[in-house]
Amino acid sequence: MKKTYHVNEKGYYGTFGGAYIPEMLYPNVEELRQQYLDIMYEESFQKEFKQLLKDYVGRPSPLFYAERLSAKYNTKIYLKREDLNHTGAHKVNNTIGQILMAKRLGKTRIIAETGAGQHGVATATVCALMGMECIVYMGEIDISRQAPNVARMKMLGAEVRAAKSGSRTLKDATNEAIRDWISNPVNTHYIIGSVVGPHPYPDMVARFQAVISEEIEWQLQEKEGRSYPDHVIACVGGGSNAAGAFYQYLDDERVNLIAVEAAGKGIHSGESAATSVLGEDGIIHGSRTLLMQTKDGQITEPYSISAGLDYPGVGPMHAHLYDSKRAEFISITDDEAMTAGLELSQLEGIIPAIETSHALAIFDTRKFKEDEIIVLNLSGRGDKDLNTYIDYFKL
Amino acid sequence: MNRINQKLQEDKKLLSIYFTAGYPSLNDTVGVIEDLEKSGVDMIEIGLPFSDPLADGPTIQASSTQALENGMTSEILFEQLKDIRKTVSIPLIIMGYLNPMMQYGIEAFCLKCKEVGVDGLIIPDMPVDVYHNDYQAIFEKYGLINVFLITPQTSEDRIRFIDSISNGFIYMVSSAGTTGAKNSFGNTQETYFDRIGNMNLKNPQIVGFGISNHETFTQATHKAKGAIIGSAFIKHLTTHGTKTIDTFVNSVLGKQ
Repeated sequence: MKKTYHVNEKGYYGTFGGAYIPEMLYPNVEELRQQYLDIMYEESFQKEFKQLLKDYVGRPSPLFYAERLSAKYNTKIYLKREDLNHTGAHKVNNTIGQILMAKRLGKTRIIAETGAGQHGVATATVCALMGMECIVYMGEIDISRQAPNVARMKMLGAEVRAAKSGSRTLKDATNEAIRDWISNPVNTHYIIGSVVGPHPYPDMVARFQAVISEEIEWQLQEKEGRSYPDHVIACVGGGSNAAGAFYQYLDDERVNLIAVEAAGKGIHSGESAATSVLGEDGIIHGSRTLLMQTKDGQITEPYSISAGLDYPGVGPMHAHLYDSKRAEFISITDDEAMTAGLELSQLEGIIPAIETSHALAIFDTRKFKEDEIIVLNLSGRGDKDLNTYIDYFKL
Repeated sequence: MNRINQKLQEDKKLLSIYFTAGYPSLNDTVGVIEDLEKSGVDMIEIGLPFSDPLADGPTIQASSTQALENGMTSEILFEQLKDIRKTVSIPLIIMGYLNPMMQYGIEAFCLKCKEVGVDGLIIPDMPVDVYHNDYQAIFEKYGLINVFLITPQTSEDRIRFIDSISNGFIYMVSSAGTTGAKNSFGNTQETYFDRIGNMNLKNPQIVGFGISNHETFTQATHKAKGAIIGSAFIKHLTTHGTKTIDTFVNSVLGKQ
């Protein structure tokens, strides 16, 4: 059998993945598992999905040759402009897909979790578009530090519910969303925001995000006369933008995959989110994967200056890419990321999300050859992070 | 014979109580167990606290957070339980999530359970197929009974499969929702209790989630073999401390 880094028929990537869920969730997850592929590949679904990506999201997103950045690092760097999508990041590719899935499953009520608020906004947006009830769970602490995104969700008609348990951040918001789903098993669809959670979520979200690498293939063919780069670089929190950028190249070993994690204040500082290095095999949110935890198996709270990267786990696909050494994993500190964000702003006129700045920061340490072709997934725009940039650089 | 199986043969409706180990204070675990037995409880579920208890409502979440702040760990729990069989004879079950047990090592965890005299495990987020393929042999080697959950949404085929791989009792979740007390059961629950009661399963059923007092205990055990109370007991501990456990148990059994 050909070696593959895609999910197997049981929902595993190597030993990672699966569906470690309480029986109360089994019917919901099983319904989705049985139907997601059939629904996704129906002609009418694909037609509607592609139409919305084009007319509503604004796809295809450009593949931009970053000439001044390339000159500085003496290599060829293309930026995949997911920051130009409606709502400002790649997140909406998944929420468009899942809202169409929810409609076809006959669901009338949508729940979601959000950390910094990007996925919450992307979910509230598609719920407004489809006229669906929308409840977004958000950690109490995140609500107070991400006020503009809370206001956006409210303006879009969503109800934002505070997760007050545990550490009151993203992982607890995810717990609360799962508990809501347990209590509302029939009419509700849970739109998970990343390639995490029980099977089939990691695979389903990756397939919706795969549009990123599908476009890279033909865009690169046009520009370079070949459909694959030498390296694909993406930042990883839960890992959805990386999953989308890697997807078409997972089994194409000509392409080196580079996942960039947040080292926070330094990997061994005690304030970090570098899950591949610091994590251990375990169970989080229904998935077997690498996660940051105590020796006793209690899940710990990660830290990064970027609110989109501080998830204590990582998607099972990425855990497997790390474990099997298929992908290169690099950790970038807060300071390195902030510097790289400023640099891209001034070299290319693009202010990136701080998540993306982590990916951009690798050029200072990881050298590439002059004739190598690199695609870096510019996962989001920096508008949401302006306050953090202002505080950091005293602008 | 495992103490759980022996208890299930008794000709009475069983009252099982759940509490979180290390709550209200770290060293309350053994005292709570002893008082529950003295008060006439038939079986005890000792909750191993977890940082992210997905199936639990606010009451048990809060007690777990407190127990972890008190310093509870798997190792400390086993240390606290090491002489428990000198004073307690009713069945003891550890209820906890899979991740802490994985970090301890599943086999090492099962061995410890056997050593201290724990009779079974309830692990809500352990998939049925993972147990069947990877862990069943280990559980059986150490004489442990694994208890699976079913809910009103569980299909008949799946209930029959779960029945076939169970060797103690089936934990019947009363309604869609996380743990937490309700005041009464409606028609939906009555129909569900009847439906399961009429399936003639080989394993007896014990109802949990939403049992809080004599009324709900009686309703739940009309068809089922017993019922489990968790959140309502935790609330009692929170409000009244560990001194009046018998008052709580008597009120549930209608003996006040």
